[in-house]
Amino acid sequence: MANKNKEALKQPMWVNNPVLVQILGICSALAVTAQLKPAIVMGLSVTIIVAMANVIISLLRNTIPNRIRIIIQLVVVAALVTIVSEILKAFAYDVSVQLSVYIGLIITNCILMGRLEAFAMQNGPWASFLDGIGNGLGYAAILVIVAFVRELFGSGTLFGFQIVPQCWYEAGYLNNGLMIMPPMALILVGCVIWFHRAKNKDLQEN
Amino acid sequence: MATKKFKCKVCGYVHEGDKAPENCPMCQAPQSEFEEIIEESAAAPKKGLNTNSNVYTILYAAVMVIIVAFLLVFVSQTLKARQDANIVNDTKQQILSALNMRDLPDVAGTYAKVVKADKLMKDNGELADYNGDFNTTYKSEFDKKNYHVFVAEVDGQTKYIIPMNGLGLWGTIWGYIALNEDHTTVYGVYFSHSSETPGLGGEIASLKFQNRFAGKQVVDGNKVGLTVVKYGKADKGSQFEIDGVTGATITSKGVNEMIGKVLEKYIPFLTNVESND
Repeated sequence: MANKNKEALKQPMWVNNPVLVQILGICSALAVTAQLKPAIVMGLSVTIIVAMANVIISLLRNTIPNRIRIIIQLVVVAALVTIVSEILKAFAYDVSVQLSVYIGLIITNCILMGRLEAFAMQNGPWASFLDGIGNGLGYAAILVIVAFVRELFGSGTLFGFQIVPQCWYEAGYLNNGLMIMPPMALILVGCVIWFHRAKNKDLQEN
Repeated sequence: MATKKFKCKVCGYVHEGDKAPENCPMCQAPQSEFEEIIEESAAAPKKGLNTNSNVYTILYAAVMVIIVAFLLVFVSQTLKARQDANIVNDTKQQILSALNMRDLPDVAGTYAKVVKADKLMKDNGELADYNGDFNTTYKSEFDKKNYHVFVAEVDGQTKYIIPMNGLGLWGTIWGYIALNEDHTTVYGVYFSHSSETPGLGGEIASLKFQNRFAGKQVVDGNKVGLTVVKYGKADKGSQFEIDGVTGATITSKGVNEMIGKVLEKYIPFLTNVESND
């Protein structure tokens, strides 16, 4: 049993990563990865919300009528996100301004619905909590990798601090404008998936 | 009497009875090829509650909605006062940011010290006292033709701050522009946005962009001269032109339109330099 819980936490971090293998949450991965800071904030918020929603749905799983289960899951997620957003507005206004639209975007993040439907509906609260944390962190890891590359090559900064020295610019170095554009995020995610498939041969399709 | 069902694994024939037939009547397969079908409906009612019935579903949905609604109302009501205070504080911080006072530890205190008055512009360009509550959105005030001007004092010099509202690429953008005593030289600006792309349009909120405004002129003759042009297109010697943000042409254009649209209404005030309110 303990082993199963460990798997629930560890699997989604790399082997069964929600972005790389399940191809979930791609849309938000494109939107928030132009800079590192929003990427990390988004990754952590999703982690917390998935874990909490997973626990709630897992506790309710035996009572939920089968025919309206998706709606129930959606209501739980939306209520949770709204409450978290209200609390942030009251007690951490700066963070809520930082998050601005992303906090609303969490509701539409398919990782949430995916995990609730695929895992929390069949498993106990503790395993579901770990599964939520694992998937959230797996998602956050990909966001950070993509944002790191995009911010470094697109703006020459990391966390807003200048990394590429001024003398490079004077010598003719230019920021890669394509990096900040959304299509580049897709290409980078593609590259990470390529690397991931090369390492995990059993995932390759013939 | 409870009849069991047996299914032939070879051809799919279903036999009803107490035990499987010796040979399948369809394909002659032996008894070992039969397996018992356990009906799912037999397992469900043991919880004592049929979660698939219509009544249960409707009740569940109704109770769920009521609980969630009460929860949200409760959270929203208990936190409202704090949130409003935060918004007022944030608006004051934005106004002070136009005066290059950013990330202050005590916003309310500094605001009370620096900003002397919240005034309205009259048609002739003079300033009249404003007696209403402190506003946090100036879009509706602008639409009501309440043209606010904040009078501030920095290092013994009078500064005027004008709130602005406009549209970017994805949503609203807004800002504050601080002018020197001559009503036309830009002292500082502050821009923010609700949903512009980070790293592109979102860069209008960066100091790098906002610092380009200081020292520029707003009024050119009798109209607004200050313009934001495409990145790299600004004439270096110009008093009026400012480079936009790279890769964010539409948001930059939005900033330009916002400045033009709002400050146009303030022309009487901007050109009325003699009267020192």
